[in-house]
Amino acid sequence: MGGSRGTRPRTNARCSGAKPRSRERKVGTVTQQVRIMRGWEWARPVRPVRREVLGATPEVEEGRPPLLFVPGFGHGAWAFAEHWLGHAAGRGFPAYAVSLRGHGGSGPAPDATLRAYAHDVVQVAAGLPRQAVLVGHGAGALVVAHALARYPARAAVLVAPVLGGWGTALTALRRNPLGTLPALAGGRLRLSRSQLFSRELPEADARRHAARLGRAARRAQWQLLLGREPEPAVGEPPVLVLGSPDDRVVPAAALTRAARRYGSAPLLFPGMGHDLMLDARWREPVDAILDWLEKDPDPGRG
Amino acid sequence: MSTSTDDGRPDPESSTVDLTRDGRPVSDRGDTVCVIGAGASGLTAIKNLSEHGFGVDCYERETGVGGAWNWRHDRSPVYASTHLISSRPFTQFPDFPMPDDWPDYPHHSQLLSYFERYADHFDLRRHIWFGTEVVRVEPVAGDRWDVTTRSTGGYGPERTSRYAAVVVANGHNWSPKLPSYDGLAEFRGEIMHASSYKDPAQLRGKRVLVVGAGNTGCDIAVEAGQQASRCWHSTRRGYWYTPKYVLGRPADQVNDALLALRVPRRVRQWLYHLTLRLTVGDLTRFGLPKPDHRVYETHPIANSQLVYHVGHGQITPVPDVTRFHPYAVELADGRQIDPELVVFATGYLPRFEFLDPKILGDDAATGRPTLWLNAFVPGHPTLAVAGLVQPDSGIFTLSHWQAVLFARLLRLRVTHPDRAAAFAGKVTAKAGERYSGPVKDSTRHWFEVGHADYLRAVQRALRDLETR
Repeated sequence: MGGSRGTRPRTNARCSGAKPRSRERKVGTVTQQVRIMRGWEWARPVRPVRREVLGATPEVEEGRPPLLFVPGFGHGAWAFAEHWLGHAAGRGFPAYAVSLRGHGGSGPAPDATLRAYAHDVVQVAAGLPRQAVLVGHGAGALVVAHALARYPARAAVLVAPVLGGWGTALTALRRNPLGTLPALAGGRLRLSRSQLFSRELPEADARRHAARLGRAARRAQWQLLLGREPEPAVGEPPVLVLGSPDDRVVPAAALTRAARRYGSAPLLFPGMGHDLMLDARWREPVDAILDWLEKDPDPGRG
Repeated sequence: MSTSTDDGRPDPESSTVDLTRDGRPVSDRGDTVCVIGAGASGLTAIKNLSEHGFGVDCYERETGVGGAWNWRHDRSPVYASTHLISSRPFTQFPDFPMPDDWPDYPHHSQLLSYFERYADHFDLRRHIWFGTEVVRVEPVAGDRWDVTTRSTGGYGPERTSRYAAVVVANGHNWSPKLPSYDGLAEFRGEIMHASSYKDPAQLRGKRVLVVGAGNTGCDIAVEAGQQASRCWHSTRRGYWYTPKYVLGRPADQVNDALLALRVPRRVRQWLYHLTLRLTVGDLTRFGLPKPDHRVYETHPIANSQLVYHVGHGQITPVPDVTRFHPYAVELADGRQIDPELVVFATGYLPRFEFLDPKILGDDAATGRPTLWLNAFVPGHPTLAVAGLVQPDSGIFTLSHWQAVLFARLLRLRVTHPDRAAAFAGKVTAKAGERYSGPVKDSTRHWFEVGHADYLRAVQRALRDLETR
């Protein structure tokens, strides 16, 4: 742990403008309107489903906020159980990961929507003993962005966020046309090992992880492309965006755009694949997240 | 990022600024906001105010959170079988859902555990002074407030603190409203208000008259129908008894699907009447009076069992009570019945004994405040009442948005005093506004709001507050 914390993540050169923008943003978030009338959500509540939650808790309770990791499409809670959960617990943070419905060990849900996924996240977060930090990876970051509108998280971290739109699809098509085309027609999205992991990861590990990948529901995949923008986050949580400039799913420009949306610049970890939590150098990003949380991004709240 | 784990008291750092009229020091709590009551509305006020960066001191006369929903509290009106009458999505706080594997209509004990979890999840207890009741709340210069407290029950010295703002969340379902009847004092049977009804054992084997057709009255009549040797149920008028489930779904969810489709009120009323005619049927067959109003014009009654037990002959519907004799009760149709126990499920009245009624715009001292959005007080921009609504859905969602609106208003008083002043002007201009269609005029409907009308009004207020 000690060695990896020495390597500081490279910060994007364009971050010099982040400070004043973040102040503007503060005003900006306030003027964004929360939606109070939620007639359809009340009239058609999301059905309950068995949810897999994996967790690791520190040996000594230090009063740190719990972390809830949300995997992206195709991934399950196992992706975080591999390294990050144990590592976060080792640094004193109770850490949990949920499998979205239809993924990992959660109950099947072929017709799930993004709303159902966000519902799963909010349900698990609200069930934790204290106000949680939501950490979303890949399309899980979009799920977290939606969940933030329904749950006042302590803070949020978007790891290699896939926030949707046609840009996402075009990038994926260019990088991996054969794996992406079926998904556009409602089929399964197949991400290749070279998209997910760097070459540093031993081939056997990469093969093992790739074999566990599942698929997201068809409607949720389409909503990733065409769905509505997430509503503004409630409770004004601080948001950290991080990723890799060599990610072959999320281009660096998309990272910058995502970070700008939340008034900051992304933390970058060059040389890593899309799956930062499974790649060979998984320690660096998770340490950066925990360092950020330890610095107390939101001192106003006790 | 550390969480305060000490369960200690609010920070006592404050300085003496002034003396009260009887010469005690007033401690200045600076920008801190005072919340009165740690029930559902008080808790969400604490949570939203501290989320918006305010310090909060909450005073709670009991020793636990949950207010009316904490059956341990002596003012709690819940009885053993109390279940929600609005389904889960309408009842939970909008940013802290109840577990989705809970029933559609949870039991009151589940609701209490929900509030306790809410308090723990957002670490609210550190703001609350338990076992402390508020004696007086007085305005002082600069729109600030002197709040005088003491230990519940009147022990110990009084203590006065000065706050930047006050949220009154003392509830409106704890002070029983008892009607007066001729001869009631001479009646030799037992009399109780529904607030002291806790358990069906209190009814077992007795001849029981239940007065009132609110949701509580109907619940008690159903239990009396099963437990008592005889049950009469007296109502002022005919009502629409809505089943908890229609068309296979919780009734309020069906209604809101129509609301989401923006179906006009008249059409919804027609559909509602049609649904009730097809499912519940014509109630005059059982001797119940025909309703003298359309649905949505009185507070909805969600009870699937009342009509069922009337059909079993276990409940005898009777008209209004006119007077009491020592061993009998006379009804509006001249009949006399001989109950041993009379349960008055006649509702509650709000009480703000720590506030001058004039402050809440109740000049005639009738007990009915004149407010905007049932929350904001004309002439007192730093005072708000939370949860003083009786919606056709759950209260807590409404309290949550009231608290958010108040917190944003308090923040704007610092950053944009002009907008806060415009808001205050609107409060004065629109005080007393209603948020429902026409309703029957009775104390029961003083605070009646349609949840859609009300929340849309709050949404507009929030938008006007922040975009002008």
